[in-house]
Amino acid sequence: MSDPARESQVEAKARRGRNIALALGLVLFVILVFVVTIVRLGASVTQQPF
Amino acid sequence: MAMTEAVSAPAAKAPARWQDFVQLLKPRVMSLVVFTGLTGLVCAGRWVNPILAGVAILCIAVGAGASASLNMWYDADIDAKMRRTRSRPVPSGRVQGADALALGVVLSMFSVMLMGMALNWLAAGLLAFTIFFYAVVYTIWLKRWTAQNIVIGGLAGALPPVIGWAAASGSVPLNAWLLCAIIFMWTPPHFWALSLYTSEDYKKAGVPMMPLVAGAASTRKQILIYSLLFAPLCLVPALTGLGGPYYLAVAALGGLVFVLLAVRLFRSHAGEVGKQRKDDGLYDVRAGAKDARNLFAFSILYLTLLFATLLVEHLMRIKPLELS
Repeated sequence: MSDPARESQVEAKARRGRNIALALGLVLFVILVFVVTIVRLGASVTQQPF
Repeated sequence: MAMTEAVSAPAAKAPARWQDFVQLLKPRVMSLVVFTGLTGLVCAGRWVNPILAGVAILCIAVGAGASASLNMWYDADIDAKMRRTRSRPVPSGRVQGADALALGVVLSMFSVMLMGMALNWLAAGLLAFTIFFYAVVYTIWLKRWTAQNIVIGGLAGALPPVIGWAAASGSVPLNAWLLCAIIFMWTPPHFWALSLYTSEDYKKAGVPMMPLVAGAASTRKQILIYSLLFAPLCLVPALTGLGGPYYLAVAALGGLVFVLLAVRLFRSHAGEVGKQRKDDGLYDVRAGAKDARNLFAFSILYLTLLFATLLVEHLMRIKPLELS
């Protein structure tokens, strides 16, 4: 029979890994949207007549 | 639902790790899609901000991963029956089908919206169509219904260079569709060569691959016909100005080898397990499988070389001023 304490430990480790990956993904997405906005905005600004 | 039954009875359920979710995205397929998409983007010949070009490639990669995840969600029942696919995250029970579906939907929306916002909506629309075509038209409809599944479904794999081209230029001229046509015509000989020596797996899963429906001899004949159409098609970019002299040399030499391998496969007994010669039947079957494997392996090399040559030629055409 498998040890329930060890099982929960493995499960907790896997959950922690998934949560970190999800957090990193979300942070990357936010950074990506910010950078894209700045690049697109920059292109529009340089095209404006002063 | 049969699929749920197949998925709900794993031998030993391990908790899902983040690596399992990465596996849902089929990273190896993703790398090929990224490569052809990048070639389309560079061949468009328009200057694109490197950050936006990177975002375009990321969106194509994530879109491909999303459709792979949707494919693994829907195909979990047949994946569980095939030796090649039974260890995938959903049939092995490591990831719930609903999680694979959610990941696929979320990443589809993410990639399409970001492509539209960062590049243009033509590229985003083409990306959305590609995901829809692979996940719905190919996976849900064609794959289990017709032996022409990979012929029609091959369009999804052929579109990334068109998306890359659209992302860079906002348009899709004839040359972009030429790249699409090359991958489209490459797909049947490539997959049918593979299915000639893996058809037992497909038989177990009930997937109507060409060797199971039409027989090995008919499949070998169709591979030869497609190869005879595919090889000259690869020369066309040299005529339209898309490919240069290096491309022409690679396309011509590689095309010749491709056709020769297809002829050898046509003359072999590949896929005919029961048909054995009196003197040495076992060797006969092995020799046939070898011809199918040779064409399958060379098809990957040839397509990679074609697109790599185009990529290098177009990178060489960029003037130093454009880089600064």
